[in-house]
Amino acid sequence: MAEAEMDPALRERIQGIVDAHPVVLFMKGSRLFPRCGFSATVVEVLKRSGVTAFHDVDVLKDPAIRQGIKEFTSWPTIPQLYVQGKFVGGCDIVRDLYESGELEEVLAPVKAADDAG
Amino acid sequence: MVEPSVIEERIREGVGGVSHLEVKDLTGTKDHYEAVIVSEAFEGKSRVDQQRMVFSALGELMDGPIHALTFKTYTPERWAKIGGGA
Repeated sequence: MAEAEMDPALRERIQGIVDAHPVVLFMKGSRLFPRCGFSATVVEVLKRSGVTAFHDVDVLKDPAIRQGIKEFTSWPTIPQLYVQGKFVGGCDIVRDLYESGELEEVLAPVKAADDAG
Repeated sequence: MVEPSVIEERIREGVGGVSHLEVKDLTGTKDHYEAVIVSEAFEGKSRVDQQRMVFSALGELMDGPIHALTFKTYTPERWAKIGGGA
């Protein structure tokens, strides 16, 4: 996963996605039809945390993103959760943050905007 | 597919300071794994950095041989606090 080899246009495209939406979930399947247990878990955790309007990216439909996001984040697995342009973690970490209550802090700025929006 | 012993070895070597390690083949097909890793090397590191240490220890194994890996990382102190065994 060498950083240098990543195609700049792909990097820019991914950067654009994570900057354009407060919450982005790169996942297998979609928000309504997750196609992997780990992705479904993160969708469920977001729902329980009161975040329903998030941008889901189905990597199964976009092989370039599926590989590119792993290099972009230097993280070899899917799903990947981004909040306000920052990588939060994969399924293990998101679940851990939820169970410890820390996910609320991470999502607070986004939920405030959501309520006001 | 990869043997659990190979995963254990890579984690012990790549992460270092491992005081407790559990690696479980979840499906018997040697490609869906669950792990618990306790190491002093995790001290002072964020969850993301702790997991990145494990991913880099596993390296190319994450690019095919291992289809799914779910794991928890602990410092010895946190592991003791939750009553983790030796």
